[in-house]
Amino acid sequence: MTTFADTSLTALRLLTELDPLLWSIVVRSLWVSVLATSMACVLGVALGAWLGVARFAGRDALLTVLNTFLALPSVVVGLLVYLLLSRTGPLGFLGWLFSLKAMVLAQALLVLPVVTALTRQCVEDAERNHGEQLQSLGAKPWLRSVLLAWDERYALLTVLIAAFGRAISEVGAVMVVGGNIEGFTRVMTTAIALETSKGDLPLALALGVVLMSVVLLLNVCISLLRRWRQRIDGSGADPVQGVLV
Amino acid sequence: MSAVLQLQQVGVQFGAHVALQEVSLNLHAGERVALVGANGCGKSTLLRVAHGLLKVSKGKVIAGPEVHQAMVFQRPHMLRTSVLRFVAWGLWLQGAAWRDALVRAEQALLHTGLQDLADRSARTLSGGQQQRLALARAWALQPDFVLLDEPTSSLDPHAKREVERLLQAWVAQAPVTLLFSSHNLGQVKRLATRVIYLEAGRVLADLPVDEFFNSPLGETHPEAHLFLKGELG
Repeated sequence: MTTFADTSLTALRLLTELDPLLWSIVVRSLWVSVLATSMACVLGVALGAWLGVARFAGRDALLTVLNTFLALPSVVVGLLVYLLLSRTGPLGFLGWLFSLKAMVLAQALLVLPVVTALTRQCVEDAERNHGEQLQSLGAKPWLRSVLLAWDERYALLTVLIAAFGRAISEVGAVMVVGGNIEGFTRVMTTAIALETSKGDLPLALALGVVLMSVVLLLNVCISLLRRWRQRIDGSGADPVQGVLV
Repeated sequence: MSAVLQLQQVGVQFGAHVALQEVSLNLHAGERVALVGANGCGKSTLLRVAHGLLKVSKGKVIAGPEVHQAMVFQRPHMLRTSVLRFVAWGLWLQGAAWRDALVRAEQALLHTGLQDLADRSARTLSGGQQQRLALARAWALQPDFVLLDEPTSSLDPHAKREVERLLQAWVAQAPVTLLFSSHNLGQVKRLATRVIYLEAGRVLADLPVDEFFNSPLGETHPEAHLFLKGELG
């Protein structure tokens, strides 16, 4: 109990005294995850919205593969990106291995199926409910996908939270492709894993607190934004919420 | 009178369920046709086939040349935008320039008495206002042929009257053809010039409105009997 209390106090001191090592790791983590989530959201929302409306042969098989990717282990993604970026790999010429760029790529690939699958579900529900009204006005599938995704934009914020949460909390992929190099590719999750194994529990705990706080803060901000918009729009239930809660 | 729409031996099937079978009819310009019958008899399917939203399994659908259609749904979906922009979006999707769409949307709101709500979010409107807004959008498109799927079924009596009044004013001012489904006998009498009675996907009667209400249909078909007594739907 005393150890836990001491560890917590030391962690609190690191946080309040703005420990430079701790905050450099936090900033690096946020930078990598924000960039990866943004990239995945741009591509994933477009692809998911199109899949929500488009009907073509092999769509069911594609959706099955996509849903399987939701459970993709992060170390497997790390391994694939490692093979791609390694000196002898097809993208080895980029020289990205053990860099932040490799970590962004790995996290983006990890998050992409989450964004695509949840956006697809959200837009497909919207298409089922009122796609024919847009169709009646002459909107072709690609335009309907854009309009429905835009119309469901506040529901898609929930997708963004899920994606960012998955990105910032994953450890396997960034460990493999980033190498957990101090001052260069060390992020919150890899630092927590390392410091715990070294027995430096206060730093690990302080990073854990920051990690949880970041996700909590983001959730609160987006929740407030959605409530504010729902008050203005008078909109109904969020079709994705049930999936994520 | 020119044909606005022709259906020739049309059949629609959803898996094993037959929604429409051997439906043939001609709609002429200026007619106001009510589709009536019990729930699940094929009214909505027929409207969707006529509007091109559903493909037929059998037969042919021939839309009149240069006939511009608009459809109003039972529960109009409100896009997450303002009332004015909701109408303008419809026009823009049909090829109007955005600036022009906004001007025409303003006129449509004026026509339907919704001009004071122009800046409100479309989703905050009441059910009756939303249906009037859907009518405003349809009106703005200046169609020759309007299809309405139970446009007043989910509305209170006051909102029902408002929507009916708008429809009556519309057909009085413009040579528009109406094809609408309804469970409301009074509404059918007030709005329609012709009635098509459907049962299990088949047309059982296709008569001018006065003849329909005096027809012996109810004597031979128990469901039609209930409908004519106002006890169905």
